[in-house]
Amino acid sequence: MSILIDKNTRVITQGFTGKQGTFHSEQSIAYGTQFVGGVTPNKGGQKHLDLPVFNTVTGAMDETNANASMIYVPPQFAYASILEAIEAQMPIIACITEGIPVQDMLKIKAILKTSNSILIGPNCPGVITPDECKLGIMPGNIHQAGSVGVISRSGTLTYEAVHQTTQAGLGQSTCIGIGGDPIQGMSFIDCLALFEADPKTKSIIMVGEIGGSAEEEAAEYIKSHVSKPVVSYIAGLSAPKGKRMGHAGAVISAGTGKAIDKINALRKVGVAIAPTPATMGETLLEVLA
Amino acid sequence: MHIHEYQAKTLFSYKHIQIPKGILIDSTAKASSACKALGGDVWVVKAQVHAGGRGKGGGVVLCRSVEEVERACGQLLGSQLITPQTDAKGLPVGQLLIESGQNIKRELYLGLLIDRQTQKITVLASTEGGMDIEKVASETPDKIIKFGIDPLGSLSVQNCTFLAEKLELNAELTKQFNNTLLGLYEIFTQKDVNLIEINPLIVTHQNQLLALDGKIDFDDNALYRHEDIAKLRDISQENEKERLASEYQLNYISLDGTIGCMVNGAGLAMATMDLIEHFGGSPANFLDVGGGTTADRVAKAFELIQTEANVKGILVNIFGGIVRCDLIAQGILQAIETVGLTLPIVVRLEGTNAPEGLDLLSKSKFNIHVESDLTKAAIKIVELTK
Repeated sequence: MSILIDKNTRVITQGFTGKQGTFHSEQSIAYGTQFVGGVTPNKGGQKHLDLPVFNTVTGAMDETNANASMIYVPPQFAYASILEAIEAQMPIIACITEGIPVQDMLKIKAILKTSNSILIGPNCPGVITPDECKLGIMPGNIHQAGSVGVISRSGTLTYEAVHQTTQAGLGQSTCIGIGGDPIQGMSFIDCLALFEADPKTKSIIMVGEIGGSAEEEAAEYIKSHVSKPVVSYIAGLSAPKGKRMGHAGAVISAGTGKAIDKINALRKVGVAIAPTPATMGETLLEVLA
Repeated sequence: MHIHEYQAKTLFSYKHIQIPKGILIDSTAKASSACKALGGDVWVVKAQVHAGGRGKGGGVVLCRSVEEVERACGQLLGSQLITPQTDAKGLPVGQLLIESGQNIKRELYLGLLIDRQTQKITVLASTEGGMDIEKVASETPDKIIKFGIDPLGSLSVQNCTFLAEKLELNAELTKQFNNTLLGLYEIFTQKDVNLIEINPLIVTHQNQLLALDGKIDFDDNALYRHEDIAKLRDISQENEKERLASEYQLNYISLDGTIGCMVNGAGLAMATMDLIEHFGGSPANFLDVGGGTTADRVAKAFELIQTEANVKGILVNIFGGIVRCDLIAQGILQAIETVGLTLPIVVRLEGTNAPEGLDLLSKSKFNIHVESDLTKAAIKIVELTK
């Protein structure tokens, strides 16, 4: 068992024939993902990477029974691509694209609530179930099938958490990058609920950062709904107020979104806090000992 | 992207939101004719900078004669205005807005923003305008009225009236308020705004509602579809290095410390700063070089870091995933050569081919300390810059 994706997941790429779409589809195929095709408007009927290209997501799903899509389109087309996937009732959608206007995401989020689709991202590395399915841009080789569920707002910090849990001999059940934007598809809470219910996941690492209150909300949820051990690292203790730290969502504004408030909220509900980004694996081992 | 008050007020006026009469000037010589054109005997001189707290910084001056206006203009134009929201250097004042003085009966607050928690565009209104609204929100949250708008719907006149009632406005003022709020909502949704606010929104003794100040922050990611807004950018208000960095597609923020940082990924970049502080050092900057990490970008990054006067050493922290670490190491060596970097450098490489990458760096002719362990790398650079 794992969450969201596994070896039976049938994957397509939207933005298949573009540079990014091509490179990361190749990487995903090389990892052993069950890849069934891709979508690029006006290129339907062609072959790309020995796989069929379709004009539309609905067309691709009809022909291939695809049940997961990763989106690599420029930000100005991302709204239409995500919407197309939702309308086609694609079960799992991972949008990698960075730089989508916030108000586009507000609308997408409202539409998602009335749909059966799950969106991961945008502005994220995607999701991976080690040795089974790689739906995103993460380096496959640092992963190892195992028992830790990883959730993170940051790409490279996800890789740190993955690397450290691999080094610790624990491995990962599934790793989800929920993305660095202010409005996202899956939230920490959505992921925590899935990991709590997944028998293969024995513990959870949650990587947060400054901005918004998703970590505080997650703390509330953990208090009453999560029985598995949770370790967290929150980036941005040293971040100045009012500056956007790379991610569109990583900003301390109007007195909210400070790292210390998030750390305190999580600590209060029994989450072990890794003091530095280099000690996530270590902290988890201590908790499990 | 921020814009100036006078630009915000122009956008307000397109939506028939009432603003005080005002004239923009860029030299003291134009002050007296501006006063004459505005009429009356009280004027307010307002420095146009991209920061709040201008009143506290001396950037808003009430004047009762033309001479006072001229004196204020002379002092402000060409100066650096320091407010509680700027850094110690302040921001350059190149333009002043001179407005007719107003008689103020009440000061309200009205703003719209994106509430991340409810995932809705949200109206914030308060009877406690004119003050620091963050302070009002934290000390007396019941004084802030919040109203969320369905992202797939719109704002109705009825709900504007509901808010006007909460603000205790009479029938005539309610009409003006509804017009003001609907105008703000239109600007917000049509121009991809992150935050729009009028503070204070005043009620005059003549029963008129006026936007005495205006602030708008636009979504940078949406500027591609708003050419008219993109043109309002004023680069004199931006940090020179941060602006240069953005031209090279580098995410850069200047800080006060002594350790330059170069990292791939925004989250890891922030975490690296935290780590430096954890071990008693102080970061000189935030820098995300992104996924590509080519020699050219690394060189640009080194150049930028080197221009920070207080930098005593550099910590490079790269988690090479898809890009191999030995290629990144070659890029770093090339960049050091190109830039002629002499500062001590600690490089931490982890990921694909990390040992090969570290080997390349340690065998080079440059003074590079290599580490695959992030903690040791941070301790080392703090030591080297003490």
